[in-house]
Amino acid sequence: MSLLEITGLNMEIHGTPVLRDVSLCIEAGQIVGIIGESGSGKSMTAFSVMQLLPEGGQARGTVRLSGHDMLALPEEALCKLRGNEVGMVFQEPMTALNPIQQIGAQVAETILIHESVSRSEAFTRAREALNRCELPEDKFPMSRYPHELSGGQRQRVVIAMAIALQPKLLIADEPTTALDVTTQAEVLRLLKRLTAEDGMGLMLITHDLAVVADMADHIVIMRAGEVVESGPCPALFDRMQHPYSRALLAASDHQPDRQEHVLKEPLLSLQNVVRDYALPRSKLFAKQGYFRAVNGVSFNVRRGENLGLVGESGCGKSTLTRAILGLEQVQGGSITLDGEAVFSGKQPNRAVRRKMQVVFQDPYGSFNPRWTVRRLVCEPFHLLDTPPQGDAREAALSQALESVGLATEDADKYIHEFSGGQRQRIAIARALIIKPELIILDEAVSALDVSIRAQILDLLADLGARFGLTYLFISHDLSVVRNVCDRCLVMQAGEIVERGLTADIFERPQHEYTKQLIAAVPQLPGKAE
Amino acid sequence: MPVLRFVLKRLASLVLSLAVASVVIFLFVEVVPGDPAAYMLGMNAQEDTLNALREELGLNGSLMQRYLSWVAGMLQGDFGTSYTYRTPVSEMIGERMWISLPLAIYALTLSTAIAFPAGIWAASKRGSVADVSVMGLTQLGVAIPNFWFAMLMVLVFAINLRWFSAGGFAGWDAGFLPAMKSLTLPAVALALPQASILARVMRSSLLDTLGEDYIRTARAKGLSRRQALWRHALRNALIPVLTIIGLQFSFLMAGAIIIENVFFLPGLGRMVFQSISARDLIVVESVVMLLVFAVILVNFLVDIAYAMVDPRLRVRA
Repeated sequence: MSLLEITGLNMEIHGTPVLRDVSLCIEAGQIVGIIGESGSGKSMTAFSVMQLLPEGGQARGTVRLSGHDMLALPEEALCKLRGNEVGMVFQEPMTALNPIQQIGAQVAETILIHESVSRSEAFTRAREALNRCELPEDKFPMSRYPHELSGGQRQRVVIAMAIALQPKLLIADEPTTALDVTTQAEVLRLLKRLTAEDGMGLMLITHDLAVVADMADHIVIMRAGEVVESGPCPALFDRMQHPYSRALLAASDHQPDRQEHVLKEPLLSLQNVVRDYALPRSKLFAKQGYFRAVNGVSFNVRRGENLGLVGESGCGKSTLTRAILGLEQVQGGSITLDGEAVFSGKQPNRAVRRKMQVVFQDPYGSFNPRWTVRRLVCEPFHLLDTPPQGDAREAALSQALESVGLATEDADKYIHEFSGGQRQRIAIARALIIKPELIILDEAVSALDVSIRAQILDLLADLGARFGLTYLFISHDLSVVRNVCDRCLVMQAGEIVERGLTADIFERPQHEYTKQLIAAVPQLPGKAE
Repeated sequence: MPVLRFVLKRLASLVLSLAVASVVIFLFVEVVPGDPAAYMLGMNAQEDTLNALREELGLNGSLMQRYLSWVAGMLQGDFGTSYTYRTPVSEMIGERMWISLPLAIYALTLSTAIAFPAGIWAASKRGSVADVSVMGLTQLGVAIPNFWFAMLMVLVFAINLRWFSAGGFAGWDAGFLPAMKSLTLPAVALALPQASILARVMRSSLLDTLGEDYIRTARAKGLSRRQALWRHALRNALIPVLTIIGLQFSFLMAGAIIIENVFFLPGLGRMVFQSISARDLIVVESVVMLLVFAVILVNFLVDIAYAMVDPRLRVRA
């Protein structure tokens, strides 16, 4: 008998089916990767194992976890199994921990609610669990609060909570999606080690084929609530049958078609840019301290070029983006677009600002939900001295919407009526409407599913050719940068540590940090060099 | 010690706010038209009598002198002498404080004691009959004017049932229980709308918190719905509730005028009201200063309470 057996699982939320006839098995010590895009039902499968269904959720079929019929057990019995027989790790480590409780208490709680042991023993065992998750006592005492830890460290605390009682099954729902590549690699290695040490089964849910390809024993591919294909890994990669699986595989390493037409002249030019932030004063009359977020950065973006800027969170790339956009004043050096400074006097230079636009990462948070698409897309017109009115305005709006593959009629809808990919198209339309020369893409495709991401990358390549655009891709995702950028800069701790042609950097990285980054990227089988 | 530093910083800002408030109050009373001396002596007073009285009341010095002597007096507990009653203001405030302060604390205790269980109950059974009825009742509690409710209570409990007296204050000399008994109806009348607001804030704050990711994490650890609510959600939901409690206490100290009138209670609110109509500015000035002090002190305590609840605020401040 398998550790986990799901057979014919169907689920509805308020009558809407979200899972259809899902069947899968996990053996003890086995890592099973569940892959799918948003809405494929992979998280719902996990929640039905835990029986933590969303409001209005109803599951039918059988879910047997080490002999227990999870769908038939009363809530009280389920509480005894959760945390004890099955642990769970979630996607967003920043919010998964109680912000006002010390980490030691949160890990010890798992033990205290399941076993009648003394507090001191529970804390001793919590300490062991944290040690096992590579959070040593000298650096991470149990009195730490979550806000004192980074995302990767918080995820380790969540893992420690889940494995404190050595459950038979661990469910990890997109455990590394919110993390940097190097942190992702460390957390995946940790999960793999814990699985081997405890003989746990691991259900690893992800949208990233490469992540599971590296470590899963078995793969299940889901789409729209159904299992479309499953099989042992990595053999499955060689003989994928279902068109969706193959499309997914192709999309995850998609390289858009683009003809290069890079000119020699620089469009954007940064010389020795320095950006300091004032630190809070430690004492009332102490000297003001500064944190140097960007330290002497210089580079040019040539007209028509795709330049990639790669680095992990906290390396200063977002600060640099704000400085380039003229949103903040720099403390040293110069930033010029087409020879003109982006920041003149005490305020951003409008004449320069209208030549560049930005597309941000979060297609859900970067729009005002109470504005129509018309108003959202037309907003950059305020940068023009004489914004078009009447018919000219409507014509510009239609052109922008149609160029990103939307219809003119979409102008009167609100943003909640669109999917993530469509919203990102609207963000691009908003950037295009005043015909800029440079578009800064700040993690613009990071939050998208692979197939949507491939479509957006194709769209960007097409628009680049049609309108002669220059792109600055800012991303922590090396695979995207690799596939779309001509040249690439690697940023670490506020400095550019390596620069060069993308192919050169990926094939012959010189700097130690670049080597680490590239080594940390999960590889699809057959693609690794 | 970050905690000690936090408290000291808040304390420094408390002193600064008090200093600013004293200047504003002093200047404000200065520019209000009406000469207290002329008001006290009537229309036909002689100029030299007026001057003598002004001298006696300390109204003749320069602005700075008068401000400093006012502040210095207050620091020593001397608030000056009432123009109308000719008694020390500190005595007048002292007497009335012993009604207003217990009344405010009583009302706040009642409102918290009603609001917490009601809010938590409603949130834990969201959408149920319990939730709907708590929401309906609190809606009513917010909507009903408290003086009307006070009169209704007098009608039922004082006139028909004769459990309580219809008004007046027994005095603390009569003993703790009789004194509290005479404050009970006014406290209930004051507490009702406050409890309704607080219960609604408690409910919505708790519902927000229950939707957080860490509640899901807690449930995945094996905590029941109830345990997750008590151990993880409640303390996190307290911040907005504490804010409202702080605001309500400040309001109860000074805003009980109407209820004090309905129940014939000689409290601070009534005294300010009477002093304003009698141009007894020194009393107004002192009571307002005292109320400002109470508000600032309560805010300070609320800040400390925030920091006790949420470790992140200790660092940020």
